[in-house]
Amino acid sequence: MAITGDSRSQFHVLAVDDSLIDRKLIERLLKTSSYQVTTVDSGSKALKFLGFQEDEQSNPDTPFGSPNNHQEVEVNLIITDYCMPGMTGYDLLKKVKESSSLRNIPVVIMSSENVPSRITRCLEEGAEEFFLKPVRLSDLNRLKPHMMKTKIKNQKQEDQEELKISEIQSDEQQQPVQPPSPQPQPQPQPESQPPPPPALLLQHNNNKRKAMEEGLSPDRTRPRYNGIPTMV
Amino acid sequence: MDLLSQLRGQIADFSAFLHREGFVDDQFTQLQKLRDESSPGFVVEVVSLFFEDCEKLVNNMAKALEQQIVDFKQVDSHVHQLKGSSSSIGAARIHNVCIAFKTCCEDQNRNGCVRCLQQVNHECIQLKNNLQTLFNLEQQIIAAGGSIPAKQ
Repeated sequence: MAITGDSRSQFHVLAVDDSLIDRKLIERLLKTSSYQVTTVDSGSKALKFLGFQEDEQSNPDTPFGSPNNHQEVEVNLIITDYCMPGMTGYDLLKKVKESSSLRNIPVVIMSSENVPSRITRCLEEGAEEFFLKPVRLSDLNRLKPHMMKTKIKNQKQEDQEELKISEIQSDEQQQPVQPPSPQPQPQPQPESQPPPPPALLLQHNNNKRKAMEEGLSPDRTRPRYNGIPTMV
Repeated sequence: MDLLSQLRGQIADFSAFLHREGFVDDQFTQLQKLRDESSPGFVVEVVSLFFEDCEKLVNNMAKALEQQIVDFKQVDSHVHQLKGSSSSIGAARIHNVCIAFKTCCEDQNRNGCVRCLQQVNHECIQLKNNLQTLFNLEQQIIAAGGSIPAKQ
C-alpha cells in the first residue's frame, strides 16, 4: 500500500495474460507505477473476477441490474493480452463492453504482433489503447487519464444515485405505513427497513464498484430498497 | 584499484559485451530498471522462469519434430510462445532465431525446423551461461559492500 498519498494507489488494474513471464512483467510494471494489481491467466478467469453474469441483461427480476453481480473489488482498468487460448483478448473486450455493469471499465489490449487490422478492430470495439509488447513503463503513463475518467464518472453516478435515494427516502417517510400487527403505539418509522441517517447516504465509498447507470449499488454497507423504483 | 571498483569495471565491460554481441537488448536493461528494494530478485526470478520455459518448449518441439507426421501447428505455437517470452526479457538472439523458426513452420520445412531448434537450444545455453556470469558478478559486488548498478 502506498503511503505517499499518490492518487494512483487507489487504482486497481486487472491484468490478463496466459504467459507467466508476461504476467510477472506487467505486474512489476504496474506496481512500479503504484497501481494495485491482480493478475489472471485467462479471459474466463478475468470475467469471473469481475463478477460477470452471463444473463444479467435479461434478468426479469431486476430491470436495473443483476443483484447477483457481487463485484467485491473495484477494477479501474483491464489490461489484456490479445493472443490467448480459448477466449482471446478481443473476446474479453467484447464481453466487457456488452455487459451493462462492466462496460465502463477501460480496456487496454497488448500484443506482440503489429497487425494494423487487429489494432483497428480492437479500438473500434472500444479498447482505449493498444500496446505493442514488450510493454514499457512509459506506455503505462498513458493509462492514468483513462482511469481518472472512470473515477470521475463513478463519482458523478454515485452522487446522482445517492441524491435519488435520499429524495425517495423523504417521500416514503411522508406516506402512512400500516404495521402488520396492531401496536399499542404508532410506529414512528416505516416497517420495511430502518432508513439510514442522511449522513450515510452522502458518504462517498470509493472502494466499492458501483453498478452503472441502471442499477442499485451492490454495496452491502447500504440497505437495499427492494421493490421501490429507483430510476436514475 | 580496490575490489569494488574492479568488480564494477568487470560488470560494465561484460554488460557492454552482452549488448554488443546481441545476447541481450534494451528490453533487458528495462527489466533491470524495474528491480528495486522491494523486489531485488526480480530479474533473476524472471530469467529463471524464462529458462525453465525454454527447456520445456525445446523438449516439446524436439518430440514433435521426431514424429512420423509432424504437427507443424503445434511446433509453431511453441515457437510463438518462445518468441513472445524471449522478446519480453530482451533475449535478442533467441528472439531472432524464433522469427526464422516460425517461417520454417509455416513452410512446413522439417529440416529447417530441426536446424532452428538446434540453434535455439544453443542460444539458450549460451545466454544462460552468460547471465549466470552476470549475476555472479552482481553477487560479488554486493558481497564486497556495493550495490547493484541500476544502469549498465
